[in-house]
Amino acid sequence: MSGRIIGISGPTVSVEAAGLKLYERVVIGDARLTGEVVRLERSRAIVQVYEGTRGLRAGEPVQPTGTELTVRLGPGLLGRMFDGLQRPLLQIREEQGPFIRAGGAPPAVGEGPEWHDWPVRVPRPYRTKVSTLEPLITGQRAIDFLFPLAKGGTAIFPGGFGTGKTLLEQSIAKFGDVDVVVYVGCGERGNEMAEMIEEFAALRDRGTGRPLMDRTVVVVNTSNMPVAAREASIYTAVTMAEYFRDQGKHVLLLADSLSRWAEALREISSALEEMPGEEGYPTYLASRLAEFFARAGTVETLDGRIGSLTLMLSVSPAGGDFTEPVTQACLRSAGALFMLDTALAHRRHFPAIDWFRSFSLYESGIVGHFDRRIAADWSTRRQQVRTLLQQEARLREVAEIVGTEGLQEADRHVMDVAEQIRRRFLMQNAYTEDAYSPPEHTYRRIVDILDARA
Amino acid sequence: MRLSEHRYSTVRSVQGPLIFVERVIDARMGEVVSIEFPDGRRGEGEVLKIDRGVVLIQIVGESRGLDVERSGVVFTDAVKKAPLGLDVIGRVFDGSFTPLDGQPMFVPERWTSIAGPPLNPVARAGPADPIETGVSAIDGLNTLVRGQKLPLFSAAGLPAKEIAAGILEHARGAGGSFAVVFVALGLTYHEYAFYREALTRTGSDVVAFINLAKDPVVERLLAPRFGLTVAEYLAFEHGRDVLVLITDMTNYCDALREVSTAREELPGRRGYPGYMFSDLASLYERAARIKDLPGSVTLLPVVTMPDDDITHPIPDLTGYITEGQIVLSRELHQRGIFPPVDVLPSLSRLMQRGIGDGRTRADHRQIANAIYAHYARGRDLRRLEAIVGRDGMNATDTRLLDFADAFEREIVHQGAEPRTMTDTLDRSRALLGRFELTLS
Repeated sequence: MSGRIIGISGPTVSVEAAGLKLYERVVIGDARLTGEVVRLERSRAIVQVYEGTRGLRAGEPVQPTGTELTVRLGPGLLGRMFDGLQRPLLQIREEQGPFIRAGGAPPAVGEGPEWHDWPVRVPRPYRTKVSTLEPLITGQRAIDFLFPLAKGGTAIFPGGFGTGKTLLEQSIAKFGDVDVVVYVGCGERGNEMAEMIEEFAALRDRGTGRPLMDRTVVVVNTSNMPVAAREASIYTAVTMAEYFRDQGKHVLLLADSLSRWAEALREISSALEEMPGEEGYPTYLASRLAEFFARAGTVETLDGRIGSLTLMLSVSPAGGDFTEPVTQACLRSAGALFMLDTALAHRRHFPAIDWFRSFSLYESGIVGHFDRRIAADWSTRRQQVRTLLQQEARLREVAEIVGTEGLQEADRHVMDVAEQIRRRFLMQNAYTEDAYSPPEHTYRRIVDILDARA
Repeated sequence: MRLSEHRYSTVRSVQGPLIFVERVIDARMGEVVSIEFPDGRRGEGEVLKIDRGVVLIQIVGESRGLDVERSGVVFTDAVKKAPLGLDVIGRVFDGSFTPLDGQPMFVPERWTSIAGPPLNPVARAGPADPIETGVSAIDGLNTLVRGQKLPLFSAAGLPAKEIAAGILEHARGAGGSFAVVFVALGLTYHEYAFYREALTRTGSDVVAFINLAKDPVVERLLAPRFGLTVAEYLAFEHGRDVLVLITDMTNYCDALREVSTAREELPGRRGYPGYMFSDLASLYERAARIKDLPGSVTLLPVVTMPDDDITHPIPDLTGYITEGQIVLSRELHQRGIFPPVDVLPSLSRLMQRGIGDGRTRADHRQIANAIYAHYARGRDLRRLEAIVGRDGMNATDTRLLDFADAFEREIVHQGAEPRTMTDTLDRSRALLGRFELTLS
């Protein structure tokens, strides 16, 4: 049973083929490109093609596969690098040379009974979701101390270009206290991915001393790789992440950037001539995002183990404007927001997390953990710091008018301490030893600053 | 494969650079077509979209004179390719790869698709070697690295072309001089004449693709792809370090918008098409170094920010793809500082990998960090000075104010003279010393 191509528009192809099902995977054309049925009509089906459609000709054959778009799960995923369709990049390089040709590719892992395929758009089952809150230590003081993240939680960090999203994600991928990290470079820069891959191959995991890559799976679909595969890449990644969660592991999925995924969705939607919603994004943007966020969580697995999947997603708002649809849609689902501020970045304050506009909905449940495990006055200190930063902001406005000289002695002191907090505590240089700050160290450092004040 | 050319005279409509042809059998996406005008002229076009028998074709070049009754379209069964060969060096072409220098076309070694398949991320070599541009504000604080893409964000009336030309002239890497691919997009003749002059001064091997303001809009979309295809050929087949200057990307994006509107596509922000990010990425991401291969493609696009607005979609999407940006400032320009680079919003993301011991100098990072920190404070304090006056400020603050001024006048400002990396670092270090500011 096969059909033929009758139309081509950007990343979508319309085909005449009988018996196709929605979301069925099809093989397109003589070059054997991979596609997925995204719309069915009486006389034709529309297929989203995961590879470049240039050179494809009307009339070429279309082969249904009878299965949905799947990933292969089983041993051998860790330490590997895949494209958005889980094709192994190292093998592709060996077979095809430095540039990626469209068409067939070697299998992701192996063939045989140890492996099974799972449709990427279907969440993997678990017995039940559990609501215990345990902190996910990132090693970033601004996050762990001010806006702590929970295992199984979700966080977004929106920021304009140059605010350090990628660097922050990569730091957390290196140091986050989880068992497995799935990193998705979704529509981002090739050189940055190359740097990261090199670095991860050389670095060792703090806990186990094994190469960092041994606990990492990388999915990479750079901005110049096909746009439809960019749309699929986050699903490919989250399905692999769920597979590790189902083994009772704590898994962290980092995606950089969700905006590029949303833009891919918009590009495909526009090629399908769907009615656009806000800023040209399809109206189902928010529901697709909500479904994606819902794949996070701490679960009791089918065989009774506890595993968690945490999502940390960067957002690249157009023009640095946080009112845009992707940021706003994410905010409805995200449990924590780390807002990256351009003004801080220009002053080389990194990580450029804005301490006034960021939040964590997990803080009330998690701060107690630190009180018990690190120091009894962790939460007291934390409140003290937030108050000081607020006082500083107010005093700064006054100082803009009267000058620092015009402030009272006590107020000048508040400003000094707040500056110490900003410079020596909230700032963290990702290129030095200070890139990772364990909670004990974080606590000691803030106590040093606060107590020097008296 | 079709056995012969297919000729159709079933043109349904012509609008701007686009024609629709009906009842076409089995067209290819991206297929090159030859267009026969009623008066016997021939033009070229490319298939943009296929919907059953109806094919949308984008005409390269002039569409004036086409009609519905007598025009013909011949399908060639091939996608757009660029001719390659070392004889391309030293030549000047237009936006459809036709020689503009009065010489006959060279004999190509081979032809290759201009779309450029994506580079496998695991085949990329991490960027590492610095490029000395001769500009202190770049070399010292925003170091350019081989294989990087670093745009110049300019604005109307700012001297972007003088800076870009200066970089072409003075850029040096560890392996000596660069081959230059120059792509002019929608430039005025006056601007082009300036660059032509500058290119002869470089003494390097130059290949130029020139699309001036008067030239066809669609060729503006092709010229950078030809330029990059040639750059990749020189870099990865002949081991050359290639510097690609594309100016002005704002004209490129406007051409993209014009064609998209003619296609009646849904407009995105400010009327630019929703796929502009992916389209720009397909150009910018071709800057690269490849593992186990000599050679590199380094990309310097010039972007003119409409209305000085860095959040405009063109600089915004560019900034999200490129590895940093060099931002020019109108205020510095008005104060007579050349090059008027505002170092605070400027950034080279790959700088950390390109500087330090063995690459530039051991103290480079410390110097850059110290200059940034103190200059940023000095700039902040200018606002305070505007309110309370200099007399209302303490000695530390006035010293930082003076430092910020001196930094702009002595380090950023350098006139037309290039500086070596060592000179830039020595001057910066001396300046910090003069104001008794420590290296952080």
